[in-house]
Amino acid sequence: MPLRMKDLLGIEDLSLDQIQLILETAESFREISTRPIKKVPTLRGKTVINLFFEASTRTRTSFEIAAKRLSADAVNISPSTSSVLKGETLFDTAKNLEAMAPDVIVIRHSSAGAPHQLARVCSASIVNAGDGAHEHPTQALLDAFTILEHKKKLRGLRVAIIGDIAHSRVARSNCWLLGKMGAQVTVCGPPTLLPLEFEKTIRLCQPASMSPSEGRACGSLRVTHEMDEALQGADVVMMLRIQLERQREAFFPSIREYFRYYGLSARRLKGAKPDAIIMHPGPINRGVEIDSEVADGPYSVILDQVTSGVAVRMAILFLLAGTKESEFEQRT
Amino acid sequence: MNVREKAQIMTAPEIERTLVRLAHEIVERNNGTKNLALIGIRRRGVPLAERLARSIREFEKVQVPVGYLDINLYRDDLSTVATQPVIQSTEIHFPLNDTNVVLIDDVLYTGRTVRAAMDALLDYGRPRSIQLCALIDRGHRELPIQANYVGKYVQTTENEIIEVKLPEIDQQECVLLVEKVQ
Repeated sequence: MPLRMKDLLGIEDLSLDQIQLILETAESFREISTRPIKKVPTLRGKTVINLFFEASTRTRTSFEIAAKRLSADAVNISPSTSSVLKGETLFDTAKNLEAMAPDVIVIRHSSAGAPHQLARVCSASIVNAGDGAHEHPTQALLDAFTILEHKKKLRGLRVAIIGDIAHSRVARSNCWLLGKMGAQVTVCGPPTLLPLEFEKTIRLCQPASMSPSEGRACGSLRVTHEMDEALQGADVVMMLRIQLERQREAFFPSIREYFRYYGLSARRLKGAKPDAIIMHPGPINRGVEIDSEVADGPYSVILDQVTSGVAVRMAILFLLAGTKESEFEQRT
Repeated sequence: MNVREKAQIMTAPEIERTLVRLAHEIVERNNGTKNLALIGIRRRGVPLAERLARSIREFEKVQVPVGYLDINLYRDDLSTVATQPVIQSTEIHFPLNDTNVVLIDDVLYTGRTVRAAMDALLDYGRPRSIQLCALIDRGHRELPIQANYVGKYVQTTENEIIEVKLPEIDQQECVLLVEKVQ
């Protein structure tokens, strides 16, 4: 069963079947990273370009390792060492890379929609590794993969996503993904970082675009500004990074005050289910959105998320680059 | 693709008797069960490997290790096949170094699956030897590969397909010769 798409641009457009195919394929790839020889020849001769216009440790390394474990050749480009500094446009950079015949281009960009623009002009498969405040689909997929590993299901699970929701592509992708998989999601943050009508921007279930089975599978999305309310009975607590650079924009009075109202401490966590798992997409700000005691505690799966990332990205690269090329051409 | 059934090649009791014979041949050729391991190639090699191991346990009173191999990541036609294969996990929970590994598959045809399986195995360790056991050998090899243990040789044309049905996967047990029809 193929994924039947050229690019992975976001979760919003994925069907439940496509999501499940990616997660099931990732499950099979998990074992490769535990072997003495952590490599399979599957994507031999394929080229993956990592085009990162924003800083990244985890995502870029994870994509690079995923490509290499599938025997693809991975090339990394960062703006500080590229012609972007000389004023080359995204379009021109893309066309020049395209001229060297890559099979997959993984892009992170500060502008929402940059990967979509690339997808229109490139015949290579485009993978969105984060575009502005829009989507970060591979993060949402690895989050779901990690939750499944620990909780065995997503349907009916109560998931609290807490922090800077307004600027978070991780939150948006997760709301779509968890919603499609039937979870009950509560997003929580200070009013300045979580617009009241946030749930309307996500439009979780659009019956017109969904098959009846998908409509039934749909979960729910709730908005609150009270952290204790979000934590109440939660199976999964997902903390988001507070972008400290935003402190100047006065979204909250002080870091101390932020931590008091929206930081995750061991005491606060008592409101969640006793076996609730703690997640964070990283990088974490200790003492700002999460206490070290919790981040390093027994229910923290933050590093499992990083491990999952490699398997999920291997699955995505395989499903996009491992098919017959003529199939894409018919569709584009 | 439509297919037409031409003949039944083996019945359930025949498959069972053949597997018992193959189990004896494997033990005989390896002078016992020391360092012996069976690895089934997904999908239908898996229940066959389990049944061979069960058979060996009955007459040798020894449980030989059994592993499962998914060869899809090692295929040489991934970039040309129209439908992408579903990747299943490989489960080999014992060291392969210095074992005599017997690969188990239902049908031996072009030999390309076995080539992929050997490449996959060598990524897990360095077996002392790799042997091959197939329930059916239907000819038409495209690579220089020969089975050590064969349940039954069947003369086929390229237009025919051998269908091995096993209860674990197909809820019935038999071997059929079918023909593609346009």
